[in-house]
Amino acid sequence: MSVMKRLSMIFKSKANKALDKMEDPRETLDYSYQRQLELLQKVRRGVADVATSRKRVELQINQIEQQSSRLEDQGRKALSVGREDLAREALSRRSSLQTQIADLRVQHDNLQAEEEKLTTASQRLQAKVDSFRHKKETIKATYTAAEAQTRINEAFSGISEEMGDVGLAIQRAEDKTAQMQARAGAIDELLASGALDDFSGSRNDDIQAELDRMGGGRDVELELARMKAELGQGPAPQPSLEQGQPQAQPQSQTQQLRQPGEPA
Amino acid sequence: MIVRIMGEGQVQIADGDLGVLNELDSELEAAIEADDEPEFRDKLHALLDKVRHVGKALPDDSLEPSELILPPADASIEEVREMLGDSGLIPG
Repeated sequence: MSVMKRLSMIFKSKANKALDKMEDPRETLDYSYQRQLELLQKVRRGVADVATSRKRVELQINQIEQQSSRLEDQGRKALSVGREDLAREALSRRSSLQTQIADLRVQHDNLQAEEEKLTTASQRLQAKVDSFRHKKETIKATYTAAEAQTRINEAFSGISEEMGDVGLAIQRAEDKTAQMQARAGAIDELLASGALDDFSGSRNDDIQAELDRMGGGRDVELELARMKAELGQGPAPQPSLEQGQPQAQPQSQTQQLRQPGEPA
Repeated sequence: MIVRIMGEGQVQIADGDLGVLNELDSELEAAIEADDEPEFRDKLHALLDKVRHVGKALPDDSLEPSELILPPADASIEEVREMLGDSGLIPG
């Protein structure tokens, strides 16, 4: 039998099983309506959960973009003081952050698509639930067992199928969101551990430390030269960073990014 | 005839369009049996595209049961197999 037909039969059999449990069709209507309202609540919660995940990923993208921009500035500054090794290290770290950003953007787009789908499903289910409520009240008001049964079955099958479909959409969204939450959590851990630089600048940043040391050393030399000039012991200093050789010796090896769990 | 695309809603299709849908459906079934994920994806998307193309969307407040139901566009072969096995994947 075809895929389309088999799926349809599975939905129908689930609806029929639910109907068979009820002795009085009016009970079936009320019970089903309660379940519909519960599902609507669940769908709305699902939309909110997915939206929360999406916002979290957005926040992470923003944080990593700030780090990336900071590394670019450091690379430029390192190059301007003749430290190509430091500039290369900064740009290499920036490149790995760009990969992270691209990956997070894909996750973000997936979550946004999921959120839109669930929002549409929620609106459709709401319309069907309202429609079912009207039908249910009409059936109950004019209830006679024989004629009501057919109308109840039709209305119930229609809404039950929709509930099954939306219920599955919610399950799938929850699964996808859980996977992305786990990944988002992993990124948060990297940020917290310092494997991704802390953009707040509170963490000891080796590239910045080296630039600061060079800058500091240069300031001391400039101050000394200025004093010497004042005392007539030497020429006036040239304050341009682009001139002359850096005071600090280049490190023989640039530090590697720390792995999560490594001591700072 | 009413067809549901899971996750998207229901559409009304003319009986005259059923022949081509059945052909595509048979190809989809063969891909599932052969456990061929790329082929399955191609056939599923071809079938869904056709249904969307020939179908007319039902209003949101309609309460009609569907005669045919199709898996969601992003379903994997494994998910569809579970659905067809009625292993509780579809909430009751």
